[in-house]
Amino acid sequence: MKQHSEIGAMLAEHEFLRGMSSKHIALMEEFTSVDTFHPGDYVFRAGEEAEYTYLIRSGRISIEIYDPQRGAVLLETIAAEKVLGWSWLVPPYKWCFDARAVEVTRMLCLNAERLRQAGELDHEFGYEFHKRFTGVFAERLRAARLQLMDMYGPLT
Amino acid sequence: MYILEREYLAALATLLLGRGYELIGPKLAGGVITYAPLAGIEEMARKIRDAQGPGHYRSSPGEEDVWFSYVPGAASLKPWFNPPKCLVCRMRGSADEFLNETPPVTAPKRAFIGVRACEVAALRMQDKIFLEGPYADPEYRARREGALILAVNCSHPAETCFCASMQTGPKATTGFDLALTEISAKGKPAFLIEKGSDAGGELLGELPVRMATAKDKEAAILVSERAAQQITREINPERAARGLAAGLEHPHWATLESRCMNCANCTLVCPTCFCSTMEDSTSLSGDTAERWRLWDSCFVSEFTYIHGGSIRKSGASRYRQWLGHKFSHWHKQFGASGCVGCGRCIAWCPAGIDITRELAVFEASAPATARETVR
Amino acid sequence: MTLTTLDAPMSPLPYRIRQVTWENRDTFSFALAPAGEGSCERFLPGQFNMLYVYGVGEVPVSISGDPAEGDMIVHTTRYVGNVTKAMSRLRADQMIGVRGPLGNHWPAGEAKGKDLLIVAGGIGLAPLRPLIYEALRRRSDYGKIVLLFGTRSPDDMLFRNELRQWRSRFDMDVQICVDRAHQDWFGHVGVVSSLIPRAGFDPYLTHAFICGPEIMMVNTVEALIKRGVSEEAIFVTMERNMKCGIGLCGHCQLGTAFICKDGPVFRYDEMAPWLTIREM
Repeated sequence: MKQHSEIGAMLAEHEFLRGMSSKHIALMEEFTSVDTFHPGDYVFRAGEEAEYTYLIRSGRISIEIYDPQRGAVLLETIAAEKVLGWSWLVPPYKWCFDARAVEVTRMLCLNAERLRQAGELDHEFGYEFHKRFTGVFAERLRAARLQLMDMYGPLT
Repeated sequence: MYILEREYLAALATLLLGRGYELIGPKLAGGVITYAPLAGIEEMARKIRDAQGPGHYRSSPGEEDVWFSYVPGAASLKPWFNPPKCLVCRMRGSADEFLNETPPVTAPKRAFIGVRACEVAALRMQDKIFLEGPYADPEYRARREGALILAVNCSHPAETCFCASMQTGPKATTGFDLALTEISAKGKPAFLIEKGSDAGGELLGELPVRMATAKDKEAAILVSERAAQQITREINPERAARGLAAGLEHPHWATLESRCMNCANCTLVCPTCFCSTMEDSTSLSGDTAERWRLWDSCFVSEFTYIHGGSIRKSGASRYRQWLGHKFSHWHKQFGASGCVGCGRCIAWCPAGIDITRELAVFEASAPATARETVR
Repeated sequence: MTLTTLDAPMSPLPYRIRQVTWENRDTFSFALAPAGEGSCERFLPGQFNMLYVYGVGEVPVSISGDPAEGDMIVHTTRYVGNVTKAMSRLRADQMIGVRGPLGNHWPAGEAKGKDLLIVAGGIGLAPLRPLIYEALRRRSDYGKIVLLFGTRSPDDMLFRNELRQWRSRFDMDVQICVDRAHQDWFGHVGVVSSLIPRAGFDPYLTHAFICGPEIMMVNTVEALIKRGVSEEAIFVTMERNMKCGIGLCGHCQLGTAFICKDGPVFRYDEMAPWLTIREM
């Protein structure tokens, strides 16, 4: 187990939390751990309880959807300094996709239930955190729409 | 400046024909003035009146004793320099082995008589496009090099004319070999002739001309002044360019779309529209393959086709391209407006769309001082 | 000097196909050499040729080979229309007509002393490959060289050998991003612009050269500007219907520009006003 101060430093330097107050960093430190995933390890699978949200420090995670005919289809890869997992924000708090490590990946794991509680109790913290997630949603939605265009594909 | 009595214009025609020129001039065909080969001056359209308006053209015998009492009809000089269809290249063989057997481009010597100021301006514009860019068009060059331009200054502009505001007429100031103004000199019908080139001057030496008097010159100036005064339509090229640059997304394009039939008449009759397409074909046996260039129009939906579809699918976007190119983009491309004010697109539009009125709509909603005058 | 003679700029010169390479299921490259005497004319990275298929027609095709290669001139295209389809059926030793090189080129000289960022989408890599060859030949002229390549799927990749070679270099950063993949893919999945925030270049000292679908280019430019690259340091290539390639047919106009003679490479700020207007 990492010492709290070290985790606090890792949280503070992560791109996603840039600008967060030290008070809020200290708050998150309470329910954050560090974990390492090896290539092929699943971080989570669709349908499972969304217990954490992840801040990637290094490595790369692929978001996949499984189709019996197509097998696992890679939808997006998420690399260092990005955030993985938003299902913990929306009831019923279950993962929608599979997440698998492509490389050795080290991540900060934030307890989802504690995060939700913290947000309810401290709206300022909740707002700061949601504001950052809104950016993630916007970015992912935009990328998904562009991918939907199949812009390199054949035009008919 | 010189005076040639009107009856001796025939001598000029004979002189040119005798020198091996094909003589091309205004001729009445199917009730419309067109440019056609003339066997002599007697075949040239004379004393014709033309009534023109939006979507309207009628010719009738004129009452005055004036030969050039009309302006050009649908046909401009364009097809004589940029033919509607011409061979670009010819290959012989097959995909395994072929040789380029394109014949050299040649053109007969042609003398054009009765060419109006707007036509001369259009020809100068075509020179910029086809001769003065990074590559010259061989077909245009061959036809242009041997051509003599014998202009006639307008005395009876049509209701659709607006050359005065485009500063291209009604008097030709440059780009001709000779320019004629029909006047009365010493009580007789005559032409005051202005020399525009050495070739023109040389022709004068062979004709029964006399030096023009101050009175003759005054008479000619008066003809051009009166003609200019009779012109009612106008376009301000700078304002038009500004209006269009600011109005690319103007709702008026939708109105134009609802009126325009996409028939491409305006681009065909326009003396400066120059777009073309290519058509490839092989002989039945396959041992000859040809590539022909054909006039094209930005009103055709396939004009912008690239894999997947056309860029300009709507009629509104195609109208915008035509008007925007001619009156706005042209400035940056060729240093002037692409319009010479001949009014053909107004007369020959089956929907009677009058660009002078349409441009006014864009001008009216453009900011008074646009950030960029010409985009 | 150009292959296209000034006397007959619309008349293709006969070339022979030396080699056909299928890059992926619909994209192929032709190595061409003059059918008669003489060698290939020099071209600059970014230029194109009009390629003529006997009796079928002519289309603009990117020159994708090495500018230093004098014996052959390589083109890459994919079959999307009648002419390219007919072209795809041609084999080595058959003939093709060539007019060019036409158009302007990537202003690589301006990028001297700066980082070079190359962003390609799909077949957009074709007109950029000559630039990469040239930049690597003059490696010391530039700071970092970064290639971001986005394509549909790992199967739609082109120039695999070159990409592999470039990836193995220590003086070049190559990142490949696909829209979708299977588990055997170890690269990025997503839009190519998502690689920009973390790509290793100095945004204030970079020249960016982009070629790909228009949506991809606009999206990429936005990510570049967000990172601090100025519009004046971003160059894109445009594609429109072209019949003559030399500014005479009028087809390729986009706003005030003739793509064929003013382009196909444009500084982004010159194109920006037209790109947001539909059906321009």
